[in-house]
Amino acid sequence: MQVTTKLTPFFENLNFEREGNTMVINFGPQHPSAHGQLRLVLELDGEQVVKALPDIGYLHRGVEKMAENMTYNEFLPTTDRLDYIASTSNNYAYAIAVEKLLGIEAPRRAQVIRTMLLELNRIMSHLFFLATHALDVGAMSVFLYAFREREYAMDLMESYCGARLTHSAVRIGGVPLDLPTGWLVELQAFLEKMPENIKLYEDLLTENRIWKMRLENVGVISAEDALSWGCTGPMLRGSGVKYDIRKEEPYELYGELEFDVPVSDRCDSYGRYRLYIEEMKQSVKILHQLIPMHEESEPQLMAHAPKYISAPKEEIMTQNYALMQHFVLVTQGMRPPKGEVYVPTESPKGELGFYIKSEGEPYAYRLKCRAPSFFHTGLLQKMLVGSYLADVVTIIGSTNIVFGEVDR
Amino acid sequence: MRKYTPKDTLQKKAYYTDRFWVAPRVPRDEIKEETHFADVVKTLQKYVSESYVELGQLVLHIKPKDNLAVLELLRDKCGYAMCSELSAVDYLAQSGEFEIFYQMLNLTLAKRARVVCRIKQNESIESIVPLFKMANFAEREMFDMFGIYVNNHPYLKRIIMPDDWSGHPLLKTYPLQGDEAASWYEVDKIFGKEYRDIIGPENRDPAKVDRYDTQRFSRVGYEVPFGADPSVEAEAKEIEYSKTAFVNYQKKPKQLKKKR
Repeated sequence: MQVTTKLTPFFENLNFEREGNTMVINFGPQHPSAHGQLRLVLELDGEQVVKALPDIGYLHRGVEKMAENMTYNEFLPTTDRLDYIASTSNNYAYAIAVEKLLGIEAPRRAQVIRTMLLELNRIMSHLFFLATHALDVGAMSVFLYAFREREYAMDLMESYCGARLTHSAVRIGGVPLDLPTGWLVELQAFLEKMPENIKLYEDLLTENRIWKMRLENVGVISAEDALSWGCTGPMLRGSGVKYDIRKEEPYELYGELEFDVPVSDRCDSYGRYRLYIEEMKQSVKILHQLIPMHEESEPQLMAHAPKYISAPKEEIMTQNYALMQHFVLVTQGMRPPKGEVYVPTESPKGELGFYIKSEGEPYAYRLKCRAPSFFHTGLLQKMLVGSYLADVVTIIGSTNIVFGEVDR
Repeated sequence: MRKYTPKDTLQKKAYYTDRFWVAPRVPRDEIKEETHFADVVKTLQKYVSESYVELGQLVLHIKPKDNLAVLELLRDKCGYAMCSELSAVDYLAQSGEFEIFYQMLNLTLAKRARVVCRIKQNESIESIVPLFKMANFAEREMFDMFGIYVNNHPYLKRIIMPDDWSGHPLLKTYPLQGDEAASWYEVDKIFGKEYRDIIGPENRDPAKVDRYDTQRFSRVGYEVPFGADPSVEAEAKEIEYSKTAFVNYQKKPKQLKKKR
């Protein structure tokens, strides 16, 4: 470690073997195309990348440390700040991990609402990906169209939970609220417009000469590499490995729903772009199936587990014992049994899982958030080598990383 | 007398725990015969000291020196082609050990297994980068957060915290609040200690507005020259709007309404 003084200020010690006529450039952390606070140190030979070093940590807030010093319910809103493009998927991944530790299951209606919110978040996240990716590559108008539809989806989220970005729409043991009246009608209208919008994006991009030139054979990642580097979600399926946690290890209502898992064996950015488009279509299909399920389900929203979860408000206000339980749960927090759990879920970016180690205390002894973007960022040091400087932005966009969950 | 605080853990504690409270344990199931998990345990018989199924996932306890051999067998013989996560848990206060876990995934059978080993405080562990490249970042994070050295890692360096950081944040002995030196960290580093008085303590409230600060903020209608003495109350002035050809700000809102 270099000893820094005022005369010799601190610089990162970068151990590049400088042979021949290579140049080191610094990309970020304040680069508009870096999708957040990514710093890349690139060694270039002419315009070709010889070595790439992703440097992260500029958005570190110590989420895992915070989890060790917060009760389980207190921590839930913090999970919003991981993947802030699709907050509900983080809330859900955390809630399902705690639920599994407690051994409780959310009631049917809560499951329907949660699955709806998860799929709506997936559409929002994919639209955001499409918009920013196209903008990075140079297609400005797609950004405007995709953000318009994302706005409608965010309005739906807002009318459900009041927030547009940090939803906290899921609770441990269920959901806090039923859908407001007329929400399903609005959702239906949104879904009916969606296919023609997706067609609009496809018309703009899929056969677009420039788009194809920029994306085809850029950011190639083979199936073996994808597995070895811990790629999940569209990054893995874009390399020809058909693994979707919703299908293979079904959670929530995904076992009952009918949907396909799109796979692409192109292994490049173009294949991944096609996957995102197909996944949006599948999400629309899933949401169509969920709408009638809401009506059929019983109105209960939170699981009945008085040891861990407060009773509904009416009971708290009328029954002494429910009030006592509520008081203990609010002041001390729930105490899950000793044990460890890892629950994977398929977030829009890939496998999002929470590892929780409980020692029977109201605070988690250790919480590890397995964020897909963290490993996709690690992959950059392999994927960027050999590509041209102009393609670096395309590749970063195509990995769809969000720095909230990379740095945590 | 000063209140006693344990030195081996500085984390938050429950403010009240019933004296008869005994935490239950999540059931650990035995591995049923003729299942996939039984085959895995049979393959790894030589290395595994304890094995059970916890909440649907196989847990294998091994010795830390066998980690590379076990993970290689898991990958090549049992089909666990992906390592989805690895990290550590701090048990220094209880037994002077770290617990390291490797979360494995079998994609063809959709099964998950967790390989667990424990190392002493000053021991290091072998890197699994030759088997799984994802460990490159994950082991760096483990080193950064716990200070666990990983042998034969290609680039073992802090990843999330700054390079010159001291301490490892996820240790239970890591304080939850910064001390005097931490609050002056940037000032000392960039300008030197003698500038503490000039720069002043860090403002951690991003929404703070000092209404009498004449250098960065101004009150509309109470403008003063740059650097004016803030202790003297400024006189109220009439607000002047810049004139443009398109909008007449001097017009009263009533007139604007009439126009419509």
